[in-house]
Amino acid sequence: MSTATHSLPRTIGAHAVLLTYTAIALFPVILVIMNSFKSRAGIFGAPLTPPTPKTFDLIGYTTVIGQGDFIHYFQNSLVVTVASLFFVLLFGAMAAFALSEYRFRGNTMMGLYLALGIMIPIRLGTVAILQLMVASGLVNTLTALILVYTAQGLPLAVFILSEFMKQVSDDLKNAGRIDGLSEYTIFFRLVLPLVRPSMATVAVFTMIPIWNDLWFPLILAPSEETKTVTLGAQLFLGQFVTNWNAILAALSLAILPVLILYVIFSRQLIRGITSGAVK
Amino acid sequence: MAAQTRPKKPIRWHIGVFLAPAVLVYTAIMILPLAGTLQLSLFRNIEQSQVFVGLSNFRTLFGDPNWSVNFWNALRNNVWFFIIHMLVQNPIGVLLAALLSSPRLRFAAFYRTAIFVPTILSFVIVGFAWKLILSPIWGVAPHLMDFVGLKSLFTPWLGKEQYALTALSLVSVWQFVGIPMMLIYAALLSIPDEVIEAAECDGITGMAQFWKIKLPLILPSIGIISILTFVGNFNAFDLIYTAQGALAGPNYSTDILGTFLYRAFFGFQLQVGDPNMGAAIATMMFLIILAGVCVYLFLVQTRLRRYQF
Repeated sequence: MSTATHSLPRTIGAHAVLLTYTAIALFPVILVIMNSFKSRAGIFGAPLTPPTPKTFDLIGYTTVIGQGDFIHYFQNSLVVTVASLFFVLLFGAMAAFALSEYRFRGNTMMGLYLALGIMIPIRLGTVAILQLMVASGLVNTLTALILVYTAQGLPLAVFILSEFMKQVSDDLKNAGRIDGLSEYTIFFRLVLPLVRPSMATVAVFTMIPIWNDLWFPLILAPSEETKTVTLGAQLFLGQFVTNWNAILAALSLAILPVLILYVIFSRQLIRGITSGAVK
Repeated sequence: MAAQTRPKKPIRWHIGVFLAPAVLVYTAIMILPLAGTLQLSLFRNIEQSQVFVGLSNFRTLFGDPNWSVNFWNALRNNVWFFIIHMLVQNPIGVLLAALLSSPRLRFAAFYRTAIFVPTILSFVIVGFAWKLILSPIWGVAPHLMDFVGLKSLFTPWLGKEQYALTALSLVSVWQFVGIPMMLIYAALLSIPDEVIEAAECDGITGMAQFWKIKLPLILPSIGIISILTFVGNFNAFDLIYTAQGALAGPNYSTDILGTFLYRAFFGFQLQVGDPNMGAAIATMMFLIILAGVCVYLFLVQTRLRRYQF
């Protein structure tokens, strides 16, 4: 390639800008985690230095683990996220298969109908959703959250998965039909394994907003039994405004699981975004 | 009749079976409540029963100063919130993507992963972490500004009416810059090499190449990012709620439509919750978002199609 486009100053400049922004992006996260391991004096005396043997203190973590019922909140979040994810992927893949595989009257209309939810946020229906949940006795149950998140995740899942399902070879499916496989077997045995990578992409996209959501847990399931970790952290942080050790430790505990998952799945997520599935 | 002479195709039940679960859940939990909310905005609870009152809730929302002052304030703040995102988040996103996509850049994967980290964090974490950092009690922000000799410029931004909204908008920009970056990055990678080579043969390189060749080609992605930002911003709630509470202080200066809806629906302190007024506000938000999506679909999308390959 020509030297004009890749001169040394230009490369250094690019790295300088990117490094600066990386520092801005990571600074708050590192700051919070770093200070969560310090004593109160350490937090206020030297907030920008890593914990030293003198300032190292786990008092924040012991407070959090002693006070809040975080293990329980964590379980709730996990149940809600995993169950919603399962239904979004299963129902989404089934609908995407029907839309991409068969030609029937109303196919395009059905696709547009399901795509509506990508642009119009489900939150705007909250007033009626709450009434629905009250009427069906589902308030303060995890089922309510699972139902809402399933509906929320479906439009994008159907949209992305049907793009991918169109790429599955017709010959393969027809070969299956000639061998006498039912349409259900073709879907579960032939097509689903082939679109597994795109299912992983959809899973990551669906998972992050569900895990992080505050609105619906706050409105539909605020009871102690059903609190999710996001809502629990919010209330806990509100209570302990002056206990900085506990706040920083709670924040770190909330960051770490997401961060670990992200590091594991980041390749999948970034490949999903950059593969052009979301055009 | 002609149609009956041909053997009729058997009904393909499996299509229904495949579609039913998704369509049922989606319709029952999303579309019907959405329609129900729009409908509720036309009713009023009078003596324990819902009575149809036409547009009277909207007349209250726009005519009664108790509501209209708050509504216009929330709408104005929301517009400013959106403008900051468009002016700061998207240009930074484009810049980072352009740098990341330069060929043979080392550590590109590391930068990409690191810059996307804030996007995966929940609003609760982001809101509180920034609240701590900007807090004058902890002193991290003034300490950092001291390094560059700007300590005198520090004020408790989140506590001052004139700065709080801008500060929170920038926190939100900080959180979401990863999304435009990734989408633009994907668009830049998908530009065919031939186009770039042809430009280089014609002597267009560096900045000129970006402005004249690449930017027009990624305009559709910028359009998508704009509409995603629009929908996200006019539906935002969590960050303001975690950082400033439902009252969106100081003195409602950070109140946006999401927090306004929450207060109207659930009530707060002295105000009693009112589902019908909540529904009316949700309807306004729906109309605003719908208008934005329509503008995007009819104007931007049809004009930008021409540039696509």
